[in-house]
Amino acid sequence: MDLDFTQEEQVFRQDVREFIRRELPEPVRAKVAAGRALAKDEIVSWQRCLNTRRWATPSWPADHGGPGWTPVQRHIFLDELHQAPAPEPLTFNVSMIGPVLIAFGSDDQKRRFLPRVANLDDWWAQGFSEPGAGSDLAGLKTTAVRDGDHYVVNGQKMWQGMAHWADWMFTLVRTDPGAAKKQAGISFLLIDLKTPGVTIRPIVTIDGRHEVNEVFLDDVRVPVANRVGEENQGWTCAKYLLTNERIGIARIGMTKRLIQRAKHFALGLPARERGRVLEKAALLEAELKALEITQLRILAALEPGVADPRSSILKIKAVELRQAASELLLKAGGPLAYEFAYEGEGEAPHEIASNFFTLRAASIYGGATEVQKNILASTVLGL
Amino acid sequence: MNFDLTDEQTMLREALTRFLSDRYGFEARRALRQDSLCWSRPVWAWLAGQGYLGASFSEDDGGFGGGAVETMIIGEACGAHLLAEPYLATVVAVGTALRLSGNAALRRALLPKIAAGEVVASFADDEPSPAAGREPMTAIPASDGWRLSGEKINVIHGDSADRLLVTAATPGGLGVFLVDPSAPGAVRRGYATFDGLRAADLRLNDAPAVATLALGPDADMLVERVRQHMIAFLAAEAVGIMRMLLDLTCEHLRTRVQFAQPLARFQALQHRAVEMLVAIEQAESVKIYAAMMTEDPDAAERRKAFAAAKAVIGGAARLVGQSAVQLHGGIGVTDEHRVGWGMKRLTMIEMMLGDTDHHIAALADLGGFLAAAE
Repeated sequence: MDLDFTQEEQVFRQDVREFIRRELPEPVRAKVAAGRALAKDEIVSWQRCLNTRRWATPSWPADHGGPGWTPVQRHIFLDELHQAPAPEPLTFNVSMIGPVLIAFGSDDQKRRFLPRVANLDDWWAQGFSEPGAGSDLAGLKTTAVRDGDHYVVNGQKMWQGMAHWADWMFTLVRTDPGAAKKQAGISFLLIDLKTPGVTIRPIVTIDGRHEVNEVFLDDVRVPVANRVGEENQGWTCAKYLLTNERIGIARIGMTKRLIQRAKHFALGLPARERGRVLEKAALLEAELKALEITQLRILAALEPGVADPRSSILKIKAVELRQAASELLLKAGGPLAYEFAYEGEGEAPHEIASNFFTLRAASIYGGATEVQKNILASTVLGL
Repeated sequence: MNFDLTDEQTMLREALTRFLSDRYGFEARRALRQDSLCWSRPVWAWLAGQGYLGASFSEDDGGFGGGAVETMIIGEACGAHLLAEPYLATVVAVGTALRLSGNAALRRALLPKIAAGEVVASFADDEPSPAAGREPMTAIPASDGWRLSGEKINVIHGDSADRLLVTAATPGGLGVFLVDPSAPGAVRRGYATFDGLRAADLRLNDAPAVATLALGPDADMLVERVRQHMIAFLAAEAVGIMRMLLDLTCEHLRTRVQFAQPLARFQALQHRAVEMLVAIEQAESVKIYAAMMTEDPDAAERRKAFAAAKAVIGGAARLVGQSAVQLHGGIGVTDEHRVGWGMKRLTMIEMMLGDTDHHIAALADLGGFLAAAE
């Protein structure tokens, strides 16, 4: 038993750190450090820069254009990105659609899409949730009816992150409304968002930002060739994708940044309040130290292609700590954090409040905390 | 990085677990309360005979050359079976002090006897508040060695210990001394503690020290290291208890029927059990962290690590212990059920060697792990 990284892993970390230091533009670093939104071209350029070394796709195997890293290398890479801090490669592309295509896509689909997914030549959006299907995703109602070589898709999707910048959307649609189990009649389709009948409408969230959208699909014609996996087998792809999403979700480095900023603001507070903030920070730091090891334990036990329900433990605790850290930063900021600006109407000096409100969603997306608890109760505890 | 046990470590764990499962059921454990020692000499002799008492001592000291991982494995098994025997006091506290002290002659003389189960010892460190008007422990040099006078409290298993490691103020700073509690001038008052164990208060009146382990800054460092080793053991013991309590709780939820269905169907109860699971996984991580940090050469990092570890263990112990009792309902508050005993021991572990609030404040005072940054 040994908690230290190997010599090779330490060299690897140094290499990653050096690359980021050399290649990451300072304005981008500063924006991420301050929790400000990035422009589209900043995200795209950084991903392309990472992709020159195959690092834009850390979880992909080498024969599909990834670096073929071990789970520990992936952890080190993300940790260094978060510490820099640098933007992560686009989750929708790299952690969602990419792995699904690698696992379930046809050779044609892999050839056509994967290089563009990695290089962010196509920006992808996730079309899962609907107004009537959130935690109960399998209750989705968007329909796809076969018409020759096409499906005709009708319905409404909701919460599409950055869909207003996206070129494509992977989506779940109902292809067999008569299936005995609601999970059984679902297919996984790739939709070109330039197709006639697609309308994207913004949703402004409590952080004042426009990140998520509603997507309306009216008689949208999607080639059958853009279905991933067999018809009515889409739920398998969806489950696989959601488990991947949870493993990447700990984002411990981001939580560390929030605590560091809270401690910085604490320096300006009267002694008694400073002490209170620093004690709350210490508790979070202690829990975070434990979580880092919990994450490494889960990574070390991970077998390729096998979902580990303990990733739900990681999601619950990581999100709890990240939200608590952002709240601590908000309170440490005090009156300095009150100023607020809606996106497009200027910028607040610290963006602390916006980020606090943004993070309220972290315990809702990717499977709400309560859903994770249901999963753990049945899979791990046998309740 | 590697979280696997070696084959030998796996065998150690399995053999100990098998013995305790066969011979140390809850009824046997509960019956020990009536014993004057409150623990079992035959069990202690078995642990010695199988090498568990000397597992972490070097072969020269009568041990088996193991280390922190072996101690962690034993601690977890002790927790799972609510072991009453003086492992923490004798092997972990005094054993560590002897291993790390500069007194090689004493180490050679005493460690083999501890490993063989012939000597039971404990660490007398806690003192009553000076505000209560009681006398702090002091040591003064005499022609025939050091003589100690003053009071100590909460000496775990203090009334059955053959030797006590006593901390005392000397003219040149802290001192750590070995005392024979049957020597003239030593008075002990033994009592039961709420976790089903025993402790003693100790009063020394010009009692002679048998030996000196450390003086001045060496003594401060030695006491700090002993406490850290004790925290690492308590972390493992707590994880053993918490896993046992979660298993019992889930079994209870699956079998107990109310409102015409098993309790396991109720989502509020499922979620509370999952919160126990999440806390245990965090505790498991700091259990390993603490074990790995016991021998870390960087004293400043070690201090932070043990403050963090004890805080996380304390928070988990409180949540898991109290939830286990709550989810058991009425049976959980009876003396005849294991769940209450587990909760009581977890309560003691949370309070011992500085409670959660103490260690959070300590970690904050040390600057935490992260630097302030804009």
